[in-house]
Amino acid sequence: MIEAAPSTAAYLMLSGTLFAVGLIGVIIRRNMITVLMAIELMLNAVNINLVAFSSRLGSLEGQIFAIFIITVAAGEAAVGLAIIIQLYRLRSTINVDEARELNG
Amino acid sequence: MTPAFLIFMIIGTVAVASSFLVISMRNPVHSALFLLLTFLCVAVLFIMKGAEFVGAVQVLVYAGGIMVLFLFVVMLINVRHLPDERVLSAFWKGGFAVGAAVFILLLTVVRPGVYADPAPNSAQKLKTVSTYRMRRTHMPDGSVVRHRVRRNTVEGNSEAVAMVLYREYLVPFEIASLFLLVAMIGAIVIGKRELGAIEEETAPDFILDRVETEKEVKERFSD
Repeated sequence: MIEAAPSTAAYLMLSGTLFAVGLIGVIIRRNMITVLMAIELMLNAVNINLVAFSSRLGSLEGQIFAIFIITVAAGEAAVGLAIIIQLYRLRSTINVDEARELNG
Repeated sequence: MTPAFLIFMIIGTVAVASSFLVISMRNPVHSALFLLLTFLCVAVLFIMKGAEFVGAVQVLVYAGGIMVLFLFVVMLINVRHLPDERVLSAFWKGGFAVGAAVFILLLTVVRPGVYADPAPNSAQKLKTVSTYRMRRTHMPDGSVVRHRVRRNTVEGNSEAVAMVLYREYLVPFEIASLFLLVAMIGAIVIGKRELGAIEEETAPDFILDRVETEKEVKERFSD
């Protein structure tokens, strides 16, 4: 660890900012690939929180859970991109607003 | 202002700015490249907090694996961009409102004074490997008692993470590997090309052309 590393509060604020940006991206974008990227941003913000608290508490559990979250993000990206490819084959669009067959 | 805090401010500013660019770029390839920049900045932040192994995994898995996957898909589906096409969703105002509300909420929840004091020796604990041994003690009355002794040695972050991951979190680790297997099978099954009679009606023309060409080639070579 670098001596006099920034405080946990600074890390939490940065993580909150990244999470809010990712949330905005998920809601406002129409391109499905960009929506998936914004989800990855949100997962990364959560990882920052976990690592900051792991360093604050001197406990390794936070880093372990960050590794598990990275694993889940990899699987989620693989399945999500497969769904996007199949949607593009069937509808020839990746627009979120046009994929609404399940809309009641 | 310490040098570490200065580095944190620069890296954090770059991370936030590039994350804004991720969600505002029109071309998905540009979004993916800015997302790569964000991931690298976050990896630097991890390493500054003593999580060297997580930082390395971040670079390997996110910047190496997921980003290549994104770029593959972006180039595979080859979306044509019309210049006057709308980028924003129909309810973008609500999206901005919800995002701003969550942002304010997350910033007000953080109270700087509470987290100010780090736990004693927290930097050492992130690198400490605990090993257990059984030791026999001969009691005065002739009996032998076995008891467990713990030995802490300061090695490094990767060794410490490995010892915790493979000892206390072994079952979740195996479940994660099973999860990756299921995700891989699911991605293959979903992404497999399967043109039935129903799908041919809605499939784009170039796929139908390709299917026709494949049929012709097969017929020609089967003779």
